[in-house]
Amino acid sequence: MRIVVQEQPFDFAAEATAFAKGRTDLGAVITFQGIVRAGDTGDMERMVIEHYPGMTEKALQKIADEALTRWNLGDVLVIHRYGEMRAGDQIMMVATASRHRKDAFEAAEYLMDYLKSRAPFWKKEYAGEGSAWVAAKDEDEDALSRW
Amino acid sequence: MALEILYFAWVRERIGLPKERIDTNARTVAELVEELKAREERYAVAFADISALRVALDQDLSDFSASLEGVREVAFFPPMTGG
Repeated sequence: MRIVVQEQPFDFAAEATAFAKGRTDLGAVITFQGIVRAGDTGDMERMVIEHYPGMTEKALQKIADEALTRWNLGDVLVIHRYGEMRAGDQIMMVATASRHRKDAFEAAEYLMDYLKSRAPFWKKEYAGEGSAWVAAKDEDEDALSRW
Repeated sequence: MALEILYFAWVRERIGLPKERIDTNARTVAELVEELKAREERYAVAFADISALRVALDQDLSDFSASLEGVREVAFFPPMTGG
């Protein structure tokens, strides 16, 4: 398992290729990449993600540990960025590997659901002179109840 | 006891600082919040609606009724928006 919290961009293709490489026991690899959207009105110029150093790593570790106990996984990777980003930039990625695809698919969704509302990141969007903190959505909280 | 208090996102902006060290006799998070609110208007504004806030004790999510016994670091922030 690898958990990375960093400001700089990461190489998604290289990470995806290296993930679970050589593990002939694992028949399924799922990779997910989160990208900065231009905002619902399309006028967002940049986004700044704040985080809680120390707790962020701890929270991501806890979420990944829980995924490992719930599903039969060979490996887990979570990379999440903080700092300034623009529309189209990568924010984060999750990769899961398992013997059969169901475990990897479900675990990847679980990781995404939990790191949306249980990992200490906060997004602030900037457009022109204005800026606003992104509000948490009720459906993100509701998404946790299915697990 | 001495506590390190951290603020994030709009809580940090409203209070005007990222962290501070305080001496308190508060036994629970709720008591600490009341103590902070009584200090100055900016705290009262930031903590006006605690249902809109989350709290972490020593970097683990907790709740406002939790005890502060043995705790060294308290963080207040809005609901998280990762992913």
